[in-house]
Amino acid sequence: MNGEIYTFKIVRYDAQTPEKEPYFDYYRIRVIPGLTVLTVLQRIRDELDGTLAFRSSCRSATCGSCGMVINGQLDLACRTQVGSFEDKTIILEPLPNMEIIKDLVVDMTPFWNMYEKMEPYLICESPSPEKEICQSELDRKRMDQFVNCILCACCYGACPVPARDPGYAGPAALAKLERFVLDSRDERPDSSLDKINDEKGVWGCDTMLRCIDACPKDVRPTDAIVSLRKRLVKNKFRRIFGRNEAKGER
Amino acid sequence: MLEYDVVIVGGGLTGLRAAVELCGRCSVALLSKVHPIRSHSIAAQGGINASLANNPDSKDDNPEKHTFDTVKGSDYLADQDAAELMCEEAPHVVFEMEHLGCPFSRFPDGTIAQRPFGGAGYPRTCYSADLTGHALLNTLYERAVAMGVRVYYEYVVLALTVDEGICHGVIALDQVKGKLIPVRAKATLFATGGYGRVYYHSTNALINTGSGIGIAYAAGIAMKDMEFVQFHPTSLLGTNILITEGARGEGGYLFNNKGERFMERYAPKAMELAPRDIVARSIKTEMEEGRGFESELGAYIELDLRHLGEQKIAERLPGIRRFCIDFVNVDPVYKPIPIMPSQHYSMGGIDVNMRCESAVKGFYAAGECSCVSVHGANRLGGNSLLETIVFGKLASRSIAEYLEAHNIRPDEKALLRTQAQVEEKMRRLASEGNEKPFQVFDELRRAMDDLVGIFRTREELERALAKVAEVKERYRRVRVSSPALHMNYELIAAMELEHMIDVAHAIALGALLREESRGSHYRRDFKDRNDVDWLKHTLAMKGPDNEPIISYRDVIITRYQPMARTY
Repeated sequence: MNGEIYTFKIVRYDAQTPEKEPYFDYYRIRVIPGLTVLTVLQRIRDELDGTLAFRSSCRSATCGSCGMVINGQLDLACRTQVGSFEDKTIILEPLPNMEIIKDLVVDMTPFWNMYEKMEPYLICESPSPEKEICQSELDRKRMDQFVNCILCACCYGACPVPARDPGYAGPAALAKLERFVLDSRDERPDSSLDKINDEKGVWGCDTMLRCIDACPKDVRPTDAIVSLRKRLVKNKFRRIFGRNEAKGER
Repeated sequence: MLEYDVVIVGGGLTGLRAAVELCGRCSVALLSKVHPIRSHSIAAQGGINASLANNPDSKDDNPEKHTFDTVKGSDYLADQDAAELMCEEAPHVVFEMEHLGCPFSRFPDGTIAQRPFGGAGYPRTCYSADLTGHALLNTLYERAVAMGVRVYYEYVVLALTVDEGICHGVIALDQVKGKLIPVRAKATLFATGGYGRVYYHSTNALINTGSGIGIAYAAGIAMKDMEFVQFHPTSLLGTNILITEGARGEGGYLFNNKGERFMERYAPKAMELAPRDIVARSIKTEMEEGRGFESELGAYIELDLRHLGEQKIAERLPGIRRFCIDFVNVDPVYKPIPIMPSQHYSMGGIDVNMRCESAVKGFYAAGECSCVSVHGANRLGGNSLLETIVFGKLASRSIAEYLEAHNIRPDEKALLRTQAQVEEKMRRLASEGNEKPFQVFDELRRAMDDLVGIFRTREELERALAKVAEVKERYRRVRVSSPALHMNYELIAAMELEHMIDVAHAIALGALLREESRGSHYRRDFKDRNDVDWLKHTLAMKGPDNEPIISYRDVIITRYQPMARTY
C-alpha cells in the first residue's frame, strides 16, 4: 500500500473519571492522498481503539458535528485533508471553551443556551398570507452568509472572550440573531436587541476576527456583531430624539 | 423512567415537524441520537416539490400533475391515494415553512423560486440555493426552540416495547450519562431515517444505519418494499458526497470518455433529467462498457457545469462548488466534476398506511424510515423533503386523534422487560467473542454494494443471502472493547449492527424473490416490468426462527393505470 505514515496525537479524557488528567494517545496510521482527518479517526475507532470518542455524521462539512482543533487550527475533521500538513504528526484536541465529556467530544450546552437566548426564530405577528410572504432577491441575499451557518461552534471555540466571560453570547449566536434582524419578514421590535446591548452581548467582542478564520463555511460573525452594534447606536439616538421605536429600519 | 403522551424518535425534518404540531397539545418528548441540527435532513440539497406554479414555465402545474409524475416516477408501485394526498398537501406545507421563516431562494417577483428536477413535467422544485435541507431543518428546529419542545439529544433508542399488539414506548441510552432510560408513552413515532449505511458506497450520513427500521421489525412490525434502494446518479468520486440533481436541473451535462452526452441513448427527451433510476443505470452501463474515465479511486463519468458560467454556479450551486474544491480539488467553473452513482435513498421502510399507522396500536412511522408508500419503486428528486414534512404533520394528527379516542395505559412492566433484554445484549457484547463489530459490518456493506446494487441477478442475490447468513452467525461472536455505556460509540454501532443485518436480509431476499425489473430494482435476468405478477408491495415479517417471512399486498390504484415508462 502507498502512502506515508502519520502519527496522530489525540487528547484522551473522560469526565466520568475526573481524577485522571487529560493525556495524549498516539496512533500511527498510513495515509493515502485524499484521506481526511475524520476518515482516520473512524479507522482508529474501528480497527485500533474502540474506546475513542468523537462526533461525526455527514462527512461533507454540512452537519457541523466534527469541529475540533487540528494542529492548532479549528476546523471540521471531515473537510481537512491529512496530506495538507507538512508535519507528519497531527495533533487533535477538542473544541476549546467547553467542558470535555470524553476525548474529542465536548459539552455544547453553553453554546446552545446562548443560541436559544437570541430568540433564534422568525417573529412575525402579522397574519400570514394565503401564499408566501414575498421577499425580494436582494433581501434574501442580505442574510445569505448568516443563513449558511452550520452551528458547528468552531467560532465559539476560537473566540477569546468566553474563556474570561462564560456569559458572553459568542459569535454564532449573534450571527444567528443578525440573520433574523436582516430578514425582511421579521417583525421583532428594536427593544428585543436590548439583551445584547452590553458586555455579554455585542460589546464583549474583542474584534480579533478569530471567528472568521475558524468558520468552515465562510460566515463572518464579526460582520453581524458590527452591524448589530450600529443598529443599537442608531436605536439609541432614535430614542433620545423621541422617534417611533416600535419598528426597526429595514 | 420518563413518561410522556408521545415520544418521537428522530430529530430530522419529520420528527421536528411532528413535535412542533403536537407541542402544547399533549406532552411530547423528542429523542435523537445526535443533536437535531446534525440530522441527515440537513444534507438535502436540491429542493422540495410543490406545484406552486411560480416559475413562468410552470403556469399550468397543479397537484394532479405532480401526482402523475410521482406515480409514473414510482414505476406504478406507489399507492396512488397516498401520492395524491402528498401532492395535494405540498403547496400548503411549503407556504407553512415559508411563514415559519424558511429562507427560500426567490424569483424576481419575490415568490419562492422553483427549478426543474428529474422526472417532473414542470419546474416545481422549491429551493434555497443548494442547501434546502439545511434551510428547512434550521427553520423547524428554530420553531421547536420557540415552542419549547422537549428535546433529549444524544439519546439512542435501542428497543421498542410492543406487548399484546400495543406499543408502550422505547428503551433509550443516554449517551452522556451512560444510562438506559425507559420512556413510557401512549404513542410512539419513529422518524429515524433511511438505511443507506448498509451499503459501502452511500451519500448518506454515518448515522443512517436504518436501525430504527430494524428495531420496529424486531418488535414485530413489517418492513415493506425493502428491495427498492435508490442509487443517486451523481455522487462525488471517492467520498460519495451528494452532488444535487439540481446541478442537472440548472443545466449540467453528463459526458463519457468519448465526449458524448450519452443520455441521448437512454432518455432522448428528458436527457440528464430522466428519473434517477434511469440515469444511474445509464451511467453504470457506460462504465461497464468501457466508456467511463479511469482513476485511482475507480471509474467515473463527468458532470459538466462549465457552460453555466461562474455567476450561475456561485448563485445557485455554491455548496456544490465548495464540496468539489474541498474534497476533489476541482472548481466546477473550470473543470468537470468526477462523479459515480451510489446508494442514496431508501424507498422501503416500516410498513405504515397513509395515516402513518402501523399494525401495532400506538406505533407510528413517517419520513424515510417509513414506507407509506408514496415513492414506490423509485423516488423523484424533491419528493423526499416533501414527504418528511407532509407526513410528519399528518402523523401528528393521527396521533392526536388516537390519544383523544383511546384511554391508553402503557405498561411499565413490559418496558422493564425490554430493558432487561437490552441490558443482557449489551453484557453479551462486552463479555465474549472475538469478532470486531467493524469487520463484520464492513463485509456486510461491501457485499450489499457488490451483489445487491444497481443491476442484480439471481446468482448474485443468492450469494448476498449466503453472506447475510454468515454475517448473522458471526454477529453472535462480536465483541466490543469496553462495557461502558458512557460515550461508547463502538457499543452503539454493535447494537445497531444487529438491526442492519436484518435490514440487509430483507433487501436481498425481497430482491431475489421479485422476478421483474421495476424502478430502482433491475434484474438482468428479468428485464421487464411484470404488472400481472408483481404490481404489489413486498412485506417482510420476523418469523419465529428470526428469519423473515415474505408476503405481498396489492398496490392501490385510483386514477392512473400502469403504462410503459419512457422519458
